[in-house]
Amino acid sequence: MKASAAGACRPARVRQGRRPQPVSVVSYIIRRLIGAVLTLLVVSMITFGIFYLVPRWVGASAADLASRYVGRTANAEQVAAAVKALGLDKPFYVQFWTWLKAIFVGADFNTGTSIEHCPAPCLGYSFIGRNPVWPDLLDRLPVTGSLALGAAIIWLVSGVAIGVLSALRRGSFFDRTAMGVALAGVSLPIFWTGIVCLVIFSYGLGWTAPGGTYTPIEQNPALWAYHLILPWITLALLFSAAYARLTRAGMLETMGEDYIRTARAKGLEERTVVTRHGLRAALTPIVTIFGLDLGLLLGGAVLTESTFSLPGLGKYAIDGIIASDMPKVMGVTLLAAFFVVVANLIVDVLYAVIDPRVRLG
Amino acid sequence: MPGGHSFLDVRDLRIHFPTDDGLVKSVDGLSFALDRGRTLGIVGESGSGKSVTSLGVLGLHNRRNAEVSGEIWLDGSELVGAQPEAVRKMRGRKMAMIFQDPLSAMHPYYTVGVQIIEAYRVHNDVSKAVARKHAIDMLGRVGIPQPARRVDDYPHQFSGGMRQRAMIAMALSCDPELLIADEPTTALDVTVQAQILDLMRTLQQEFNSALIIITHDLGVVAELADDVLVMYAGKCVEYGTATTIFEHAEHPYTWGLLGSMPRLDRAVTSRLLPIAGAPPSLINVPSGCAFHPRCVYEPRTGGLGSTVVPELADAGGGHLVRCHLPTAERRRIWAQDIKPEMEGA
Amino acid sequence: MKRRLAAGVAAGVALTLGLSACGGGTGENKSDTSGNNASTTAAFNVAVDKVFNPSDKKGGVMKFAISSDWDSTDPGDTYYGLSWNLARLYTRALVMFKVAPGTASNEVVGDLAEDVGTPSDGGKTWTYKLREGLKYEDGTPILAKDVEYAVSRSLEKATLVNGPTYFDDFLDLKGYKGPYSDKGKDNPAIDTPDDRTIVFHLKKPYGGFDYFAQLPSTAPVPQAKDTGVKYKEHPVSSGPYMFKSYSAGKGFTLVRNPNWDPSTDPNRKALPDQYDVAIGVNADDVDNQIIAGTIQVDIAGTGVQPAALGRVLGDPTLKARADNPYALRLNYTSINPKVAPLDNIECRKAVMYAADRTLYQQAYGGPLAGGDIATGLLPPGIPGFQKLSVYPAGPDNKGDLAAAKDALQKCGQPNGFATNMAYRAERPKEKALAEALQQSLGRVGIKLTLKGFPTGDYFSLYAGKPSYRNGNKLGLMSNSWGADWNDGFGFLSQICDGRVIRETGGSSNLSVNIPEVNTMIDQAAAETDVNKRNPMWAAIDKRVMEEAVILPGVWAKQVSLRGTETTNVFVNDQYGMYDYLAMGLK
Repeated sequence: MKASAAGACRPARVRQGRRPQPVSVVSYIIRRLIGAVLTLLVVSMITFGIFYLVPRWVGASAADLASRYVGRTANAEQVAAAVKALGLDKPFYVQFWTWLKAIFVGADFNTGTSIEHCPAPCLGYSFIGRNPVWPDLLDRLPVTGSLALGAAIIWLVSGVAIGVLSALRRGSFFDRTAMGVALAGVSLPIFWTGIVCLVIFSYGLGWTAPGGTYTPIEQNPALWAYHLILPWITLALLFSAAYARLTRAGMLETMGEDYIRTARAKGLEERTVVTRHGLRAALTPIVTIFGLDLGLLLGGAVLTESTFSLPGLGKYAIDGIIASDMPKVMGVTLLAAFFVVVANLIVDVLYAVIDPRVRLG
Repeated sequence: MPGGHSFLDVRDLRIHFPTDDGLVKSVDGLSFALDRGRTLGIVGESGSGKSVTSLGVLGLHNRRNAEVSGEIWLDGSELVGAQPEAVRKMRGRKMAMIFQDPLSAMHPYYTVGVQIIEAYRVHNDVSKAVARKHAIDMLGRVGIPQPARRVDDYPHQFSGGMRQRAMIAMALSCDPELLIADEPTTALDVTVQAQILDLMRTLQQEFNSALIIITHDLGVVAELADDVLVMYAGKCVEYGTATTIFEHAEHPYTWGLLGSMPRLDRAVTSRLLPIAGAPPSLINVPSGCAFHPRCVYEPRTGGLGSTVVPELADAGGGHLVRCHLPTAERRRIWAQDIKPEMEGA
Repeated sequence: MKRRLAAGVAAGVALTLGLSACGGGTGENKSDTSGNNASTTAAFNVAVDKVFNPSDKKGGVMKFAISSDWDSTDPGDTYYGLSWNLARLYTRALVMFKVAPGTASNEVVGDLAEDVGTPSDGGKTWTYKLREGLKYEDGTPILAKDVEYAVSRSLEKATLVNGPTYFDDFLDLKGYKGPYSDKGKDNPAIDTPDDRTIVFHLKKPYGGFDYFAQLPSTAPVPQAKDTGVKYKEHPVSSGPYMFKSYSAGKGFTLVRNPNWDPSTDPNRKALPDQYDVAIGVNADDVDNQIIAGTIQVDIAGTGVQPAALGRVLGDPTLKARADNPYALRLNYTSINPKVAPLDNIECRKAVMYAADRTLYQQAYGGPLAGGDIATGLLPPGIPGFQKLSVYPAGPDNKGDLAAAKDALQKCGQPNGFATNMAYRAERPKEKALAEALQQSLGRVGIKLTLKGFPTGDYFSLYAGKPSYRNGNKLGLMSNSWGADWNDGFGFLSQICDGRVIRETGGSSNLSVNIPEVNTMIDQAAAETDVNKRNPMWAAIDKRVMEEAVILPGVWAKQVSLRGTETTNVFVNDQYGMYDYLAMGLK
């Protein structure tokens, strides 16, 4: 064999970057976490600002605001006491700082008969019920988590499967029907499908559990799954439709790529071509969107929780908003923002892991 | 010579694509033969049907979209009528293909090593370790330095030339007897181009494979090809040995290709001779000789050029030409008009 | 005013109406086995004045549900009728309304106390004697000073913000603030000469003190176990049931109190073994579950959602399970006499004459779901009720246009006038009502500009704030009031007494300030003889109507659904909803 051309006259080789080294990944994550903290700070400031400023722009005074958190026949003295108790007369930065400080060092609270210390992270006491917010959030997180994760698995698997099949059988009866059903699934509001499904499957046929039933997984895993089956499917229907369409589009694009032709030219089975070469590439954007969707959903699947009466973070947020209960809303907002930020971070790192062409930072 | 039992024997291959706008006749009655150890260069413009032919040989057309008819004999097996599963087993093993753009032709998410291992293990039941060793071996043979390290690199981490070498390694990993290279150097720099062509010639001699080079670049053909097939509008318009084509081509289209080729041995002042007009529509192929709208010699055919499809005729010694002009006329034009122009008189 | 819970998230669509009710309806055809006030035959409205399915059968788990939370389970910190209804399961007040359907419930009887209170000193002092053998859930005895402590702690409105302020307003506290603010001090307005006697001293005489004594604020609280705002998580039970578990915003479970002695409690049957109360269940789902039978009672007590309403009324089996009680509430419109030209009584009369009462009723949902056309302020059922006809709206109730035009002439606005009408924007019924009034008053040239305001601030910032409503010329203001109990005082005092109007806003009285009426209210309040007192309320009603500062709309009614398994079902007129204390399970 003739000495290869790479002997005498070697062109300067440009190293185009190797796979991300462990050290650089770690430093990237640290940088992002710092950014995450700043983001959370800004988000909470904006939310707090909305609660604080908007009523004042309409001309409401601290007393006017406090009157929402007292009894109906409260007199001026009671309203003044509420203003003081809730700190509504303090300027914006003082109120915000108090709230912020409590997250790190906790706060003291007068129950009437004693002084109770609320340990860090203390997200305040709800204005309406005077319960501490953080234990409520912890209590409701597993519910939202159960709902979100279960539905996520269902919609990911079903959506991708249907999308792949539709792409492979493009234009067929299956494809057109599946995409049509998908369009309906995306369009139908969940508070309608949920109620109708409850009436048909829970009360009519008795196959699934009534609304409002929830069993923690540690208590009885089988019952936990049984109670969540209907909410899972109803919530997944919405997303599954979107993911089917997304996967289909991604697959159609990927299957037209040159490397698919190469794979076939190597003599690979069509099944291997579709999954290892086609789906693997098409799935990358799907996985990242999945991470983002899941992060958002962990902040509370508001409509699903309200329709199925699941005591999760979404319902908690709605209750707080309707009652103008600021600490509740601040607590949920912060937690939801945290999940979204973390999800974004995970998704970015994951993308770099999946696609070797992507560089972090 | 077409006919008989060569290693690769294509007879009257037709590949048509029904579309909403009409039937696209990409390949319309193509025949050629190729033996092991020999190189065939297929030249033509974009849309002449070159790539479609090669994909057709490998059986990579989706039978739902394409109508394939004719015969393709590879080492005694007929491919057009064969079961798709049988053809698949031959892909990569008996026949392999190298594509034009190695960056898009290799999967970006898998290392080069993984892709070569995959190609090897489809046809050989060996362990991953053995296949990996073979992959490193192949990378070395195509001239990639430090193959043991580079086997774990991704395609985007290679330079253009190295990447094409890697793709060649992948195509050759199962010792195919037929190798089709579709524009293998078009995406590369000129210097790298020379290295790759050199490599291919070396490997062909080593493996004794039949090689088809598809290109629009006559320079590449001159480097490597033993035989040349000129395609136009899905048909072969001229066929002969490389020497024959370069020294006394007889088809006006071939003359045009030769004339439009920049050559160092030409006087600087002489102009390139482009071929007037544009490639024909494959749906509404011009009547008669498909080249006639662009042929300056068409008036000399006495009306045949625009009405009758010329047959592929032997002009002497296996040199096939599809043209209405008489042989003597063509030789005269070549000797008097074309050749002097090309040599820059 | 007791808060009524607004309708939950409206979700239902016509499709759900088409689905037939599965698993619902009893449609029994047993013969009527009992006397006049009991029945076992399911029929529409049977439980309004009769006990449906009378039973003494014990056992079972009662499933209650509600779509939105109420203020508190702490008996000293709650102002919802449903909560007062429910609290009798785990607490006992000094006295209580008789547990019976119809007008029988107007009678006050002893609960912790042996009998109703004994007034003295012209009605400024009230004495109660507790029964013997009363115990808490942990077996410790219930003492009179625990009742004193309970009332005293309920005065602490800075901590326990929600409850009614009757004790704050009427007791002669001499500056005493409560056991949290004035630690260690004694409440000068309440004496407990011995463990079973409790004496209340009032600032001025009040004949209806028993109505205060039935409030859950008098449910005893042992001082050592008081945890302030956290007390609601486990109020120490003096009733037949006690808290087993509590989860804020999610629900709680009540189980039997082993130390409740039925021989001390002639008012309670305590039939179920356990109560499961689920909070935050989707409002439409609650209705569907009651129809299906997985939930027994919607404890909000405000009736079924619009989606289920059509289904219930359209299906004879479901309709036989439904009742249509009075909700003890008046929906009306305040006419502001401080805004010209409504400062002239004739112009206000024109409004009263011209308003189409049938449209008013329709706006609120018609005769079944909306209520009866109101002719005065006091609804039927309140003792002393009289049917009035002060400025009638014609024989068909669609308005007396001739009388209206005549009145317009007299007030110098022959072609009508223009003014603004306020309503609560998130309440579709009030919006519909405003549009109905705009239409009917427009017939005589009275042009209304409709202005919606946010519900949460309606009384504190807008219609309820005198400077705002007068400065922004709100001539008409949509309003509504529910009585705290079935008595003229509970009904009229907060909406007719001019002295409750506050410059800082917040009062439900938007338009009534008649000195004569204020005096009449004081007189009626002080009258200790109930038979003399009741006609006095009727007289106040008439006088306020004559002033034309209130346009009465409808006496609210609602359509409620009985559970599939419930016994002893009847409407308690004092709460305007099913009685939660009496119910049992089949």
